Amino acid sequence: MIPELGQFALALALCLALIQATLPLLGAARGRADWMALARPAAAGQFVFVAIAFGVLEYGFLTDDFSIEFVALHSNSALPAFYKFTAAWGGHEGSMLFWIAILAIWTMAVAAFSRSQPDEFVSRVLGVLGIVSAGIIAFALLTSNPFVRLTPAAFDGNDLNPLLQDPGMIFHPPMLYLGYVGMSVPFAFAVAALLTGRLDKNWAKWTRPWTVAAWVFLTIGITLGSWWAYYELGWGGWWFWDPVENSSFMPWLMATALLHSLAVTERRGIFKSWTVLLAIGAFSLSLLGTFLTRSGVIISVHAFASDPTRGLFILAILGLICGGALLLYAMRARYLEAEGGFKLVSREAFLMANNILFVIATGAVLWGTLNPLIIDALGLGKISVGVPWFNIMFLLPMLPLATLLGVGMHTAWKQMAAEPLLHRLRWPAAIAVVAGIALPLAIFGTTSVLTAVAVTIGIWVCASAALDPVRKLISRTGGPLTRAQLGMCLAHFGVGVFILGATVASAYNLEFDTSARPGDRIQAGGYEFVFRGLRTANGANFVADEGEFELRKGDDLIAVLTPQKRVYRVQQTPMTEAAINTNLARDIFVALGEPLGDNAWSLRIQVKPLIGFLWLGSALMALGGLLAVTDRRYRLIRQEQAATNAAAQQTIGAA
Amino acid sequence: MWRYVVPLIVFATMSGFFVVGLQRNPNYIPSALIGKPIPQFSLPSLTDPSATVSTETLQGQVALVNVWGTWCIECRHEHAFLVELARAGLPIYGLNAKDDRGAALDWLAALGNPYVSSGFDPEGVAIIDWGVTAAPETFLVGRDGTILHKHISPMTPQVWQRDFLPLIKEQCGASGCTFLAAVGGQ
Amino acid sequence: MIRAAAMTLLWLAASSPSWAIDKEVAFDDPVLNARYVALVREIRCPKCLNESIADSDAPVAADLRREVRRLIGEGASDEDVKNFLSARYGEFILYRPRLNQTTWALWAGPFVFLLIGAIVFWRILQTRRTQPIDEDAIS
Repeated sequence: MIPELGQFALALALCLALIQATLPLLGAARGRADWMALARPAAAGQFVFVAIAFGVLEYGFLTDDFSIEFVALHSNSALPAFYKFTAAWGGHEGSMLFWIAILAIWTMAVAAFSRSQPDEFVSRVLGVLGIVSAGIIAFALLTSNPFVRLTPAAFDGNDLNPLLQDPGMIFHPPMLYLGYVGMSVPFAFAVAALLTGRLDKNWAKWTRPWTVAAWVFLTIGITLGSWWAYYELGWGGWWFWDPVENSSFMPWLMATALLHSLAVTERRGIFKSWTVLLAIGAFSLSLLGTFLTRSGVIISVHAFASDPTRGLFILAILGLICGGALLLYAMRARYLEAEGGFKLVSREAFLMANNILFVIATGAVLWGTLNPLIIDALGLGKISVGVPWFNIMFLLPMLPLATLLGVGMHTAWKQMAAEPLLHRLRWPAAIAVVAGIALPLAIFGTTSVLTAVAVTIGIWVCASAALDPVRKLISRTGGPLTRAQLGMCLAHFGVGVFILGATVASAYNLEFDTSARPGDRIQAGGYEFVFRGLRTANGANFVADEGEFELRKGDDLIAVLTPQKRVYRVQQTPMTEAAINTNLARDIFVALGEPLGDNAWSLRIQVKPLIGFLWLGSALMALGGLLAVTDRRYRLIRQEQAATNAAAQQTIGAA
Repeated sequence: MWRYVVPLIVFATMSGFFVVGLQRNPNYIPSALIGKPIPQFSLPSLTDPSATVSTETLQGQVALVNVWGTWCIECRHEHAFLVELARAGLPIYGLNAKDDRGAALDWLAALGNPYVSSGFDPEGVAIIDWGVTAAPETFLVGRDGTILHKHISPMTPQVWQRDFLPLIKEQCGASGCTFLAAVGGQ
Repeated sequence: MIRAAAMTLLWLAASSPSWAIDKEVAFDDPVLNARYVALVREIRCPKCLNESIADSDAPVAADLRREVRRLIGEGASDEDVKNFLSARYGEFILYRPRLNQTTWALWAGPFVFLLIGAIVFWRILQTRRTQPIDEDAIS
């Protein structure tokens, strides 16, 4: 009975979403205040029913209701409780319901925090969000219903995929979904602006914090995914340019461009059509990602079970929402343009280059991801496009971009003389070039042209980002940096840290396979690994062979590493749990292979220098964004706009 | 101006490819050996280690080459149909891959032996030359010593009718093949 | 007898996922070893859902790693190894697509994007540098 209630709640949510999608937009077009006023209540109602539906599914998981097919496929009575909770998004149907729930949360947030905005605009924004909600809920109800019953009910469940039974599962999908579903908000703002025919600095001021908030979640989500793959899969890699990974990365690239373009629109009122296009693009890429991962057109271990019927449905939604927005853009964007000059050496010019280079990077990733599909569709055969191609084609626009980043941060708006700019940057530049070449050589003994260039650029970005905060600290002149400025410096510093981590971890990675018997000592990368022996370990739903290794440097015992080879009882799949010893300077990785007879086991040992910088850099980027979005001026803007709005209403009332 | 239409055109083109892509199967990778000569290989026979199964054995005839192993559960699903085809006179050669000789011989004794002879490839070296990724896989070789078709997953009457028979009829042509009538190719 | 037991062990290992981890370092010579490690990362496991033979647990991945070791040991160049594998498994098996008629657009694409980007930047700059710089746009 209860699962059917969940389905019914979802159907009611669809009805409310349809109301939210139609009447407010019509109301805004015709000036009908009563229709526009339906937007917020419809959004609130949709949220309530979506919450009920999701709650029902979770209830099914937590009470081991194996009469629900989705629960029976992805859970088990022996599964620890918090994994039962996360299993709700461990498969296609449940994760679509999760998608819907996250969209409902963002819609509610927009409805709640938009009191200071004119009704006409807010009803359009909520209307567009309603169209998206309606499309996705319809998709879920018609093709991906998580409440389908299994008759007769299963005695016990199939267990959650062991790869997903990990703390990463609790945080990675929620953060990721908050991020790329959150891109629907700037998308809705952009479409609303196109519908209104007006886009001013206030629009940019208001859109920016929403974009940054979604961007922060997306940054955290992608980072968690990468980190999780790194420690969970046992092969020490952190990015494979897999189509599903790219599906989350492309919205991130476009969102990063968007939040920079918004800065220009807010400041000078120009780049409006760029900003609108980037906002449409970021969410379109999110929807495209949803299409790619669920339709079966690409091959990936991360892809959900493929079904061309579902694929066609999502493609239709994509066509309607994305195609509709781009059509509107084609018709109306030209009227947005405004005058505003700037010279070659100006922040606007650098940010224009930023826009262009990010779009090129996104285009390159998209081109590589879709090429196998295009080649196959043209009947020209089957090809693979993998890491070697993507690494080259991604660095092509990004290394120049990172270099320009260091300069653009310090360039004045409108115009600036080149000489004072270069003079200002002489120290960061000098440090970067010297350290970039000398440090890798000194620490690792070798370097290559690409490594030297990339390390130099990484240090350059860090030094340039730190320049202003450090100067303020030393000279103590002028006011303190605002949160927004500090956030910018911190985020850019994080970019530099990330570049350093990616370069050094790739270039100086030490990795090899070997075999060992208890008592054997293995030397690698300045460390010694002593294999003490093997024992059996038991978990809630698995049994494991656990190896014990002493990690030594010289005479000191640094740690005891215990890699496991697990077998999960229900699915009988073997899983490796690598043992990792972490500090900021390096990760040491030991993974068990298989028994070779005679007490010997094969193992993989890795020493990965500076890999921690990847996660640290990303965390700094996210922190920088968080600082920027909590800047005082947003509170001031809301107060300002509330006052303007109140005055406007009064005028209307008086007339 | 026209530049504002560019994103829409790009999107529309992409969607067109997606519609086609939805009808294709990205997991199906056709064999690289179609139309190429039979790979050079020579394996001892499973049943009689002093005899060999090699490229020469397959020359000048229309035959099936079937990759199998006792560890391959799906191979059992097609075995009965292969025995039927063999009884009708179709020459089928086996490539016994990554297996144990004793277990393989027991398997054939219990379930029937459809193979004229089976090459024994315990290390899985020869199957690499055939571009094999898993079992069961079945190749059709022609009179001219080239590979005509490859099928991955168990052989079924439907697959036989749809993919193999037309090619076999073509190969047999004027000179005819003794087994053609019996296997359903009038 | 021992050989049969070892054989049994091997095929048991083959019937359930064997491991991506090899028993030992491929080559004592660090140059050859480095080539091996780099190559196996660029070769796709033909049966997996987007994994290289270096990372995959599938039996065919272990077999292909063995073949790559054999070929390098016999003096084959990287190109020879790639030709060997693509002759048997198609171009699909190479993660670095080779430049030919089918892939020229793939390789040229990003460069074309860069060129277009440079032109777009130039034209925008030309327009903007002639526009009034002192007044801010009002809306």
